[in-house]
Amino acid sequence: MRENPMMPKPHKVIKIDLETDLESTFRIEVDTPPALGQFYMVSIPRIGEMPISISGIGPGWVDMTIRNVGKVSRAVHSLNEKSILFLRGPYGNGFPMDEFKGRHLVIAAGGSGIAPVRPLLEHYYRNPDEVDKLDLLFGFKTPDDILFRQDIDRWKSRFDTILTVDDACGIWEGECVGLITEYVKNIKLSEYDKMEIVIVGPPVMIKFTAAEFIRQGVSEERIVVSMERRMSCGLGKCGHCKISEYYICLDGPVFRYNEAVKLVD
Amino acid sequence: MGWKFTEAAFKDLIVKLKADYTILGPKRFVGQGRFSDTDLIRYDEIESLDEIVWNEKSTFSPKEVVFPITQTLFYFIEEKFLEPKLDENKILIFLRPCDINGIRRLDTIHLRNGPQSDSYYAQLRERVRFVMMECMEGFDTCFCVSMKSNITSDYDMAVRFGDDEVLAEVKNDDFTRYFSLDLPRVEFTPGFVQENTIKVTVPDGGEISAGIYNHDMWNEYKSRCIACGRCNTTCITCSCHTTTDIFYDDNMRAGERRRTWACCHVDGFTDMAGGISFRKDNGSRMRFKVLHKIYDYNKRFGEHMCVGCGRCDDNCPEYISYSSCINRLSQVIQETDACVKIP
Repeated sequence: MRENPMMPKPHKVIKIDLETDLESTFRIEVDTPPALGQFYMVSIPRIGEMPISISGIGPGWVDMTIRNVGKVSRAVHSLNEKSILFLRGPYGNGFPMDEFKGRHLVIAAGGSGIAPVRPLLEHYYRNPDEVDKLDLLFGFKTPDDILFRQDIDRWKSRFDTILTVDDACGIWEGECVGLITEYVKNIKLSEYDKMEIVIVGPPVMIKFTAAEFIRQGVSEERIVVSMERRMSCGLGKCGHCKISEYYICLDGPVFRYNEAVKLVD
Repeated sequence: MGWKFTEAAFKDLIVKLKADYTILGPKRFVGQGRFSDTDLIRYDEIESLDEIVWNEKSTFSPKEVVFPITQTLFYFIEEKFLEPKLDENKILIFLRPCDINGIRRLDTIHLRNGPQSDSYYAQLRERVRFVMMECMEGFDTCFCVSMKSNITSDYDMAVRFGDDEVLAEVKNDDFTRYFSLDLPRVEFTPGFVQENTIKVTVPDGGEISAGIYNHDMWNEYKSRCIACGRCNTTCITCSCHTTTDIFYDDNMRAGERRRTWACCHVDGFTDMAGGISFRKDNGSRMRFKVLHKIYDYNKRFGEHMCVGCGRCDDNCPEYISYSSCINRLSQVIQETDACVKIP
């Protein structure tokens, strides 16, 4: 019997954590751990399939933080703990962890872009000596949109962290208000060859945040981005995620910015 | 060496082959063309030699034989995934060199792009055998010579149709058991188109600059293209698809996962849940398709995706000429990007 790469496998939902009004984190049982930055194709039979990045990795499980905004994600949000979810993958290349070793790393995440970098942050939280320094820069639209509040508080204790909201909505008790790009200059950068910057978020956020780091003297080669596109297969066949000669599902989702900046949708 | 069949002998061959093969070829559908009193020529099962329209270009390509318009990937019964039962019949397609080269592009995407091959495509594709219909002249919108897809040696049998005879080169020995070996032998190897009326020049290597992506030349297509996707559906090489789940009206606990051809020109191709989408205007979609066919695919796989069959030009309801667009693009590249080689 030929192996069918489209065939999803059943996985048990272990735990569901409500993050915001729209987002929840689903902890799902898996046999083998994925690489940091990879994604799965998540299926609900008779509803559909969608690509979801990994927001946490542990022994025998992965976390996926899913926003309730589409047909499949709505169905996922109706699941309970102990429900079965169908997965294919993991797919994609993941973050170049070896290249980050010994560097001054800055992780900038906008909105739900914090989800794919959360496993990275947990990794460095447990192994802080693996990098020379780690700075965190998070931006959310409003205080109600902030994801992983408890995690952020914990990360703050170990790493220099800037948390900003675009709109304080009169309820924000944090220090920073404004776009994430406005706070790039507040990070004290190291010498050029010691820096590595990770930027994950909506396309517009990636573009302008990268531009700001470049203005601060960081070169495109020192910036890593993770991109999201529509996908039907995750296998390089359906064509939805193709940009220039690359397929995000195969060659990404993580790209060096000097490559990513040349890709035109 | 080849074989010379009388019309009756070739008809007999088709009858015999039908015992083991589903035979598909370009067939005439009277009155079903785009305009009144015109016919549609598309691929369908062939019952006899008379049905094969060998001297006109088919409106649609044979793509759907190996890559169906809609294909069921799974049947669902509650949470069980069942794969559809396979049809094991061998398939024989009568087709031209450009389409054989086009199917090779489909093979590249489905079988060789990424570490895992598409098992649904592979299962269909390995049952297919090619009968190449000699094509010496091409048609008025063809530009296969420019795309280097006028020639192929990837066929099991090649045929030249005459008024009352058929000359055949038989490369697959399995086919010789379907006809009398007492038939006259003749010197026959198929010829190929040597020159088309339409010629295109395509970029050959090098990096094109950002200025090409943002060039004014794409603006014309913003309003002229109506995003109907006919160019995509008639293209032998367009391989994109979307998977969709359905459940049955009378039983929500049963359903299917299907994949259906998708078109980069049509609304929704890049839409993501949450409202982000790319290439919102039709000019950007034209740019994306053209560069995929004659630049991006070449960078990834070392040959152009477009095979120059010209069906996109034949079928565009807005009379957009893709071949003219390629030539215009090459001219723009030559003016702006000296490092890109234009042969």
